[in-house]
Amino acid sequence: MSLTNEIIKQRLHEKFGEQVSNFEEPYGMFTFEASKEMNLKVLQFLYDDKQLRFQFLTTLCAVHYPDNIGNELAIVYHLHNLIDNVRIRFKVFTDINQPDIYTATKLYEAANWLERETYDFFGVNFLGHPNLKRILNVDEMDYFPMRKEYPLEEMTREDKDDAMFGR
Amino acid sequence: MRPVRFNINPKKTDIHDNVAIADMPPGLQGEGYFATSFEKIVGLARKNSIWPLPFATSCCGIEFMALMGSHYDLARFGSERLSFTPRQCDLLMVMGTIAKKMAPVLKQVYLQMAEPRWVLSMGACASSGGIFDTYSVLQGIDQIIPVDVYVPGCPPRPEAVIDGILLIQELVLNESLRRRNSEHYKALLASYGIQ
Repeated sequence: MSLTNEIIKQRLHEKFGEQVSNFEEPYGMFTFEASKEMNLKVLQFLYDDKQLRFQFLTTLCAVHYPDNIGNELAIVYHLHNLIDNVRIRFKVFTDINQPDIYTATKLYEAANWLERETYDFFGVNFLGHPNLKRILNVDEMDYFPMRKEYPLEEMTREDKDDAMFGR
Repeated sequence: MRPVRFNINPKKTDIHDNVAIADMPPGLQGEGYFATSFEKIVGLARKNSIWPLPFATSCCGIEFMALMGSHYDLARFGSERLSFTPRQCDLLMVMGTIAKKMAPVLKQVYLQMAEPRWVLSMGACASSGGIFDTYSVLQGIDQIIPVDVYVPGCPPRPEAVIDGILLIQELVLNESLRRRNSEHYKALLASYGIQ
């Protein structure tokens, strides 16, 4: 019997009850949320469960929702069950003023690089990460460029006249 | 009528008596001797054998390949000898987007070049950041190293780069042998933090 979205939802519900929520299936991909304190427990369960076996972290990223006050940053895990070839998406939300979240590096080695990247661009502080420092941007950068509070353009330019660019 | 008529009336190539020879610098000459200033001879020699160092990071580098290929053939201007060590080169050709993280590398390459050295910035990205007006891209390599010639375009056609190389050759030909020791030049390098 193949692993369907209903089975995943049922297993999660049996284990965590009301602590997992917002089940969705955009384009058929199972998506759900949990509180940020629960992220490691949920990931560990998805990893260890004999039926679910989500043992591969495809990718990990953050999304900034500036209007979602109190839950501005979403951290999104994409997990893959390589045996049944099923992918799911798992989201946790955090306050941008205290973006602390437990690291998944103990569970997935792949998370090391991805969490550094997420820290680099969004400033998510992964507690327990072995080497949380900038990876893609220059070390001297003093802000997190993918947060929507910063302008897209390079801020050191002086030759661009706003009037000429319709701004 | 065909819109493009390049091949209808092919010209016969003229390979005889068709070799360009560099113009003789002004000087005194007579039976068996020619005297001119050392500076002009050195300039003439340097001008016609510039060794370029390609620093190609993106699509301008592809255009540069066309430039070095048989069709445009930079060898016609004495620059067929690319070198991939900065220590042997005269001309740093920066072609493509330079990310801020690449900037120290580019500067290091420039520092490793021996004087006299020239820099050609090819394309919009190298010259000004181009369309990449964003947090990760250096907004023009002249923020970190002095540039002699800018070639505009996105990417520039090989003809445009040849034009830029010819401008570099003019600079090389006319450069005073003392320029690199002048106060003005030292002040220029100092403004980039190079001593």
